[in-house]
Amino acid sequence: MNSDVLIALLAAAVQSGTPILYATLGEIITEKSGILNLGVEGIMMVGALSAFLVAQISGNPVAGLLAGGMCGALLAGLHGMVCMVFLGNQVVSGLALTILGTGLANYLGTPYVGQKAAGFYAVALPGLSRLPVVGAIFFNHDPLIYLSYILPLLVWLFFRYTRWGLGMRAAGEYPAAAAAAGLNVRVYRWWGVLLGGMLMGFGGAYLSLAYTHLWTNGLTAGRGWIAVALVIFTFWRPARAVFGAYLFGGVMAFQLRLQASGTTLPSSLLLMLPYALTILVLVFSCWRLKGSDAPAALGINDEPAE
Amino acid sequence: MAILKCYKKQEPVSWRGSCFIFIVALVVSLTISAFLLLLQGKPVLAAMIALFQGAFGSLWAVQDCLAKAVPIFLCSLGVGLCFQLQIWNLGAEGQFAFGAIGATGVALAFPQWPAYALLPAMFGAAALLGAFWGALPALLKLRLRVNEIIVTLMFNYIAIFFLDFLVYGAWKDPASFGFPMTPTFSDTAIVGMIGDSQINWGVFICLIAGIVVAVFSRYTRLGYELKASGQNIRAAHYAGLPYNRLVFLVMVVSGGLAGWAGCLEASATINRLQPSIMAGYGYTAIVVAWLARLNPLIIAIAAFLLAGLRVGVENLQLDMQIPAAFGNIMEGLILLTVLAGGFFENYRIGRPRRLS
Repeated sequence: MNSDVLIALLAAAVQSGTPILYATLGEIITEKSGILNLGVEGIMMVGALSAFLVAQISGNPVAGLLAGGMCGALLAGLHGMVCMVFLGNQVVSGLALTILGTGLANYLGTPYVGQKAAGFYAVALPGLSRLPVVGAIFFNHDPLIYLSYILPLLVWLFFRYTRWGLGMRAAGEYPAAAAAAGLNVRVYRWWGVLLGGMLMGFGGAYLSLAYTHLWTNGLTAGRGWIAVALVIFTFWRPARAVFGAYLFGGVMAFQLRLQASGTTLPSSLLLMLPYALTILVLVFSCWRLKGSDAPAALGINDEPAE
Repeated sequence: MAILKCYKKQEPVSWRGSCFIFIVALVVSLTISAFLLLLQGKPVLAAMIALFQGAFGSLWAVQDCLAKAVPIFLCSLGVGLCFQLQIWNLGAEGQFAFGAIGATGVALAFPQWPAYALLPAMFGAAALLGAFWGALPALLKLRLRVNEIIVTLMFNYIAIFFLDFLVYGAWKDPASFGFPMTPTFSDTAIVGMIGDSQINWGVFICLIAGIVVAVFSRYTRLGYELKASGQNIRAAHYAGLPYNRLVFLVMVVSGGLAGWAGCLEASATINRLQPSIMAGYGYTAIVVAWLARLNPLIIAIAAFLLAGLRVGVENLQLDMQIPAAFGNIMEGLILLTVLAGGFFENYRIGRPRRLS
């Protein structure tokens, strides 16, 4: 494989890893606050569709992106309501959300299958894109990818250095102690769920606005679940999410190129790769759990006293 | 200052209260679905009638519901056992796929065998492969503490692609004009219909499996230990209950049952293996298992009702061009509202009592 092909492949890895990166960061924020949201797949689907529809109607991809984030937060809010107001089981609620979200997107999106909408396109960053190798891999992309470079840093700073981040972490680690210290656990968890949902919606929006540029049903193809797995792999640390997401992006891009190159390998076996890799990655991260930042109260509802 | 607070109820509500809450939840989800129909400019009342009539309006439709309820029931029986132990087995879909693959492998290898030998061999292979596909996540969970939710889900994708690999490749019928499907099974590999109805003998397998599971969880020691461990895993460990063995057992049984569902679907319903066999029964089974509170009799009823939803939505699709995803929306909504409704079974809302 010559170096041009390799560089093109790595650039494609960054691009197909970006929606997973957004979703993973969203799930990290949600889980840090103590709520397990397994509805990522459904939220991404709804985010993708709403972004597509708004971008198509308004002709403005930024409006589409915002709509995707908002609808993602809205659907995540439904999860928050079931878990925090009605104290329902977080696992089941997340599953229901996935079924509902994919159903909604496929139902409302069916009339638009194959249609195009305004989207984001590659803009070479002046100066940086001229750098050898790195420029072609990282700095010749659409604006949403540039945004995704800053985001992990912001999330890390938020949890590390702000009062709000600390409060959210406390709500996820030990809600009783957080409440005793005068923090409103519910409020922090709500913010975690909504902010996380917004990022998952962005991830979906990326798929329809910048990745495919057209609507197809079942657009996310399990990326939401991969994001859930990546949160464990990254030990709930935003910086490692970048690495994980690009790893998966790389496998997806590699698999697509291999198919396009007319290989004799059956496509169904190639399509299996990212899912098999997910399991491998999980086994690896559970094997050496040292250094994990898993929130202690993850998935446990804060139930009222007698 | 909150005017209202919620309190944990001393005793859970009676079954009548549960039914009432369930019906309210159903009405809420139907109302939201109706609103969605309105959004796409469909006549709501006519659509709801078409949905209901399509599912239960004729003998033919009811038979179709029953036929579709068979795989859903078998899958959710196993999933229900796992849920009882707080094991989140979401992999019925993949275990179903492997059951269908196992049954097809035997059916294609020994087409000349008589039915009394071939059918048991097919069911055996289906159960074996389904159980294998359930056992792997169980082992990963027990040995390496890998989260079973994600592993079982990823296993679904892998199983479906593996099925595709077979029917697009080695098992493809040379006479199918390039369509991805195996040759039709020989007559001896087909589970027949009861009389001249649309319902296959799989219903009896469901009946037997349901009774066995009910007896197991009610009258055996292991069944009791299963329920006890599910209530409180840590206490189960202290009490010396065989938690690990139970986890392995329920995953294997659940995989085997889902495998049987796949075998029946391949053998009785479509008489061959093709990608369309993966109709999402394994996912519907999760909804059913949760809705039915893990009781085999109620699982049967819920499986029949959700099969009815599928049949009804197919009718809607034909009559009014309403996308099939409408059924998923309703499934998701029903699950969410019933989940939220569970709150009113365990808590009551009242004015805060003043501390004296």
